[in-house]
Amino acid sequence: MLNAKMELIAEKIVKRFVHFLVLKNISFKVSSGSAIAITGPNGSGKTTLVKILCNLMAPTRGQVVYQNNSQKINREDIFQYIGLVGPYLQLYQELSAQENIDFFARMRNLKNYSARVKQLMELFNLSGREHDAVKTYSSGMQQRLKYVCALIHEPEVLFVDEPRSNLDQAGIEAVYSILQEQKKDKILVISTNDQEDLTLADQIIRVGVA
Amino acid sequence: MKQIWLIFLKDIQQEFKTRYAINAIMLFAIVTLSAVSFSIGAYTATTRVLAALFWIILFFSSMSGLSHIFIREEETQTADTLKLVARPSSIYLGKFFFNLILLILLEVILIPLFIAIMNFKVVSFQIFLLTMFIGNFGLAGGGTMVAAIISKASTKGALFTVLSFPILLPVLISGISATRKAAESVKLMDAQNELQALLAYGVIIIVASILLFDFVWNE
Amino acid sequence: MSKLWKIILYIGLSLIIIGAFVWAPLEPKILKEYTRIFYFHVPVAWICVLFFLIAAYYSFQFLRTKDLLYDAYAKISNELGILFAILATVTGSIWAKVTWGSFWNWDPRETSIFILLLIYGAYFSLRSAVEQEDRRARLAAVYSLLAFVTVPFFVFVVPRIYFSLHPDPVINTQGKIHLELRQRVVFFSSLIFHTVLYLWLFQMRKTQVKLQMILRLYKENKMLEE
Repeated sequence: MLNAKMELIAEKIVKRFVHFLVLKNISFKVSSGSAIAITGPNGSGKTTLVKILCNLMAPTRGQVVYQNNSQKINREDIFQYIGLVGPYLQLYQELSAQENIDFFARMRNLKNYSARVKQLMELFNLSGREHDAVKTYSSGMQQRLKYVCALIHEPEVLFVDEPRSNLDQAGIEAVYSILQEQKKDKILVISTNDQEDLTLADQIIRVGVA
Repeated sequence: MKQIWLIFLKDIQQEFKTRYAINAIMLFAIVTLSAVSFSIGAYTATTRVLAALFWIILFFSSMSGLSHIFIREEETQTADTLKLVARPSSIYLGKFFFNLILLILLEVILIPLFIAIMNFKVVSFQIFLLTMFIGNFGLAGGGTMVAAIISKASTKGALFTVLSFPILLPVLISGISATRKAAESVKLMDAQNELQALLAYGVIIIVASILLFDFVWNE
Repeated sequence: MSKLWKIILYIGLSLIIIGAFVWAPLEPKILKEYTRIFYFHVPVAWICVLFFLIAAYYSFQFLRTKDLLYDAYAKISNELGILFAILATVTGSIWAKVTWGSFWNWDPRETSIFILLLIYGAYFSLRSAVEQEDRRARLAAVYSLLAFVTVPFFVFVVPRIYFSLHPDPVINTQGKIHLELRQRVVFFSSLIFHTVLYLWLFQMRKTQVKLQMILRLYKENKMLEE
């Protein structure tokens, strides 16, 4: 998968919630080695768009296509390629960090992932807390752990919703190093309100602006 | 296959740490059983009434616990996390097996207590245990599916029983009839109709649920 | 539906009412005067089952196409279904009271209609508990189909377990319908005309929701163009 050339294409995405349109004809195309940022005021539909792109939600109209070397990827297999970090995506609170990591890694059919996990845990400064239940973690630590869980399988497409939320300076730096790494040869999608984050992106999608 | 097993294990692990569903279901069963026994008093009910009471206790106890497995995923906002890594059919089956184990545990406690307290004389344990065994598949299969449906709705608690009752009624009717026969006759053939109906129901509801689950789970 | 059809329907239904009360002979042994309700009770019960099946069909269509129009169709067939289920229950109970002596006996047919009512009730409480409309449509459709697959059990299993009081042992021995010619004429024409009448009603409701949907799509397109 080293030479994988992934493409994520959004075609005229429309989403309606009961009587009002959140997203109006959003279209874009992003391929490996670049980053895209989704921005817009609160309630403008950033999260909705991210959820639609990850197939967590169906658009009212339009479609999302994932391509690998111009080959369309089946909907059921998309989850193998993507990783998502967002405030609405929680980990299992009763389980320990290690149990969470093991569960997600094994669900994704990974083997020999311990070295990668160790490296990520060190990067996010979580080493030594592997066996504590997630509910004993602070919100910032949980956010870091979410990154670990989303990155174990080295996703071809990484979605990050609110990259800075709950993180301290060290955490933000760790995240940025990851994001820089990701956009080198893979796809990065960030949804943010922070002007600084926009500098990472090659393309900017503004939602909710007339 | 591996995903089913992993989800099942994960749920067992979570349940082992919180014991929420198991406590709810067991306490509900014990409370209802004592309430029933208390209200009947020394009066010896006929096998017909006892069989019906047994299934009513079983049905409502399972209603108190079977939905937990999906509601927990929604309430702790882990449903989306799970959706990102698992195929829908594995999720349904993983949760189904968890609920099946939960029901078996419930019955392990409930059956001896019911027999002892209510003075229920089972003549043919063969029929009785077979009924319970086959009936569990139907109860867990239908219950798990309805649990998935209601976990996406805004009012959850009462809705679960309301939606499950018509769906699970065939299990209840055949189950009551077969349990009565277990207390009246020794020949397995006498309960043949009921056991076949339970088996057919279990197969149909599980197949239908696997086919339909995708639509419940994927937005 | 053309005007001619409306006139035929109008005259036909009037004739059926007259026929049921004046022309068709009574069943002399058991039912006597109460035979008459049969010409109305059975069509109503049949219609409510018919709408249940139509609802299942449209639910299936919705899941296949994800077109909200089919969900609206399924919803209105369930609405009509619940209306007829209530009518069938009421007419059935009156009939039960005068022939078997009580309004409700848990005979298999009564049980089935009761379950149908429960399913309809559950269907609408599910709908009212979900706000997001595409989600509501999906969950309701899944529930409809789930209820649909349990129907064979009520048709084949319940009657085998419980004893029936229904008059088909009288009217319907060994699968043959023992009706006199005139009874048969009134009964079958009543069945046909009722079916046509209610399908026509359904058609009107369908047109209505279709117009609503078109209007909404039009508004949506306009908003998208802005």
